Amino acid sequence: MTRMKSKWLILFIVFGLILTACGGGSDDAAEEEVVTEETAEELDSPATTAAAAEPVADPPSICLVLDIGGLGDLSFNDLAYSGYQKAIEDFGMVGTFLEPDGGGENRGELLELCAEAGNDLIIGNGFLFDGAMNEVAPNYPDINFAITDGVAEPSNVRGMLFKHAEGSYLAGIAAALKTKTNNVGFIGGVDFPLIHEFEQGFLAGVAEINPDIVVQIGYASVPPDFSGFNDPVKGKEIALAQYEAGADIIYHAAGGTGTGMFEAAKEVSEATGSKVWGIGVDFDQYYQVGTPLPDLQEYILSSMVKAADVSIYNAAKATVEGTFSGGASVDDLSTGGVYLSFSGGYIDDIKDTIEEYQAKIISGEIVPPSVRP
Amino acid sequence: MKLRLRIASFSAPIIALSIAFGLSSLILLFIGKDPIETFRIMFEYGIKGKSIVSIINRSIPLYISAIAVAVGFKMGLFNIGVEGQYLVASLIAAFIGSQFSIITPIHILFIIIIAIACSAMWAAIAGYLKVKKGIHEVISTIMLNYIGTGLIAYGLTNVFDEAGSDYELPRTPELPESGQMPALNNLFRLDDLQDLHGFLFVAIAAGIFYYWLVWKTTLGFDLRITGANPVAAKFSGINPNRLIIVAMVTSGGFAGLVGLGPLLGYFHRFTIDFPTGLGFAGIAVALLGRNHPFGMGIGALLFAFLERSSQILDLNDVPKEIERMLQAFILLIVVVFYEIIRRFIVKQQVKDASKKVET
Repeated sequence: MTRMKSKWLILFIVFGLILTACGGGSDDAAEEEVVTEETAEELDSPATTAAAAEPVADPPSICLVLDIGGLGDLSFNDLAYSGYQKAIEDFGMVGTFLEPDGGGENRGELLELCAEAGNDLIIGNGFLFDGAMNEVAPNYPDINFAITDGVAEPSNVRGMLFKHAEGSYLAGIAAALKTKTNNVGFIGGVDFPLIHEFEQGFLAGVAEINPDIVVQIGYASVPPDFSGFNDPVKGKEIALAQYEAGADIIYHAAGGTGTGMFEAAKEVSEATGSKVWGIGVDFDQYYQVGTPLPDLQEYILSSMVKAADVSIYNAAKATVEGTFSGGASVDDLSTGGVYLSFSGGYIDDIKDTIEEYQAKIISGEIVPPSVRP
Repeated sequence: MKLRLRIASFSAPIIALSIAFGLSSLILLFIGKDPIETFRIMFEYGIKGKSIVSIINRSIPLYISAIAVAVGFKMGLFNIGVEGQYLVASLIAAFIGSQFSIITPIHILFIIIIAIACSAMWAAIAGYLKVKKGIHEVISTIMLNYIGTGLIAYGLTNVFDEAGSDYELPRTPELPESGQMPALNNLFRLDDLQDLHGFLFVAIAAGIFYYWLVWKTTLGFDLRITGANPVAAKFSGINPNRLIIVAMVTSGGFAGLVGLGPLLGYFHRFTIDFPTGLGFAGIAVALLGRNHPFGMGIGALLFAFLERSSQILDLNDVPKEIERMLQAFILLIVVVFYEIIRRFIVKQQVKDASKKVET
């Protein structure tokens, strides 16, 4: 009898495991949907595929393949999505967006799927798409491809790069000027070179104002674990520890994890009576976090904005106008692709100093470091 | 009479599949999609040339993973640790394999042997813990999976990372040309399709070897007898402790091969994109295929087909998750039906026997 029971117990455990394993990606995937600007009659019917097959008089089409984290991360993927949606609205494009499976190993397959469906522009959101781009793009020379934060060899792929270190440098300047405790923090999502650009820029900016300021550095995860870009609980934990150790301003480059940091800022401010701050990233988080979560808004000192949405929008525009070109396109402070936001007016008093440094970076007088020494 | 029983046991998976598709159709109807249209789109996409190659490539690791699990199942041992075993083995094999270059067959054979050895050793820990400390293998293999994931994260970034590479993420050095398994496209005249992994032959060989091992050797006999009745097996002179270790090591050995299809045929290095979850999927395939080498082959192909063909759904405004549900339905219903059929057969056998006694 007991043997029977334990057998069922084991089966139960095994099923649980299989289900959790299968369900790996489905949390984010719940938000998955396909946006089609075509009329509703074409949904559910073979017409959708048929329409994609014959290129005659089609409206221009755009396909966005998101990366790990998926839609709803209030950060990197949402940023791309907003650019993509704006393009659909402004240029009357037909849009499709896809998310890769849990581990993301089917990136190439999804790109190919988009290509076979006859899209005019296909965007891979994240440098992890570089391998897949190299594989798929050469087979479809008539289709435009674009990749965020990375470059790929084929000539029909546009690499949309950003100088994160420049914007982060200004964030460092702002933090150093605003800190009262001479102690600031940095929270990275995943400990790898792309995020080191933010970290190094920030460190250099802080040191420029006052080399004696202590900078606490924390990361939410290390590769191959990429959960650190979407782990608000971990973000809150790290932020609480840094605030407790004396930091009064923390800059995050951690995607969805950063929401936890703002929550920690609110909690600590309310508990101790002295205000602490967070600096946002990617979006202008004063609005983007502050709108759905208004009680966090007053703790958002500033944001290091990275206009990936604009880059995607521009790629779509170029596709519609027929002026698309491949190769790397670099956005920095001079092009407005990255900038420090003044939303909320909390750093208006130091605006002059920040603009002074911005001018120095644009002129090349200061080159913020982007790799670890 | 015999024939009727046989038909009954074969009908189980077919009935289960029909019910699973029926339930999924209901759900599709519930969310306002046309189920027939959905399955038609999936099928049409799934039988394209590219899809077929992709399905075969996907089914190779699934099948081997199922074999690894089935070796344990045959003696009532649950090796949940195939997941950790193949990942650890793939990482180490990928790294060591990239450090030298010799002629292709020897190079590949060498990588295979390393992977098998690593994986078997990793699995042996669970066997040892069970025999010496009485720790249930389900618990220990699950824990070993976590330990393995941690070790891989550490090892990949700190030990096995490609030196001097300016690539953003940790990855092992690429296997030299001689360590990459040639694709089978020339053999089958598939010129304009993607690579068909050469590991297909290894998977088939593994299936044959598994059949021979379990049904044609004394070790296999011991395994099956212990699985059927551990007490009787013990009294017939089988040393259960020795058998547990041997079964765990064999299961782990097969598990070592799981990651090699993608490694030798496609990735050529261990990266953060390396497929995970194959170990758990293998449990499902083994259950579906009833631990039989042929049945598991069908099961692996079926799951691979569903996985590949569901990719098209997002483009047609049907949530791709329907495929996950379909897989789960198939699995649950199949297990229930196997049990029903088993009871039915036992009943029939008892009836037949009593008839014989009467006459």
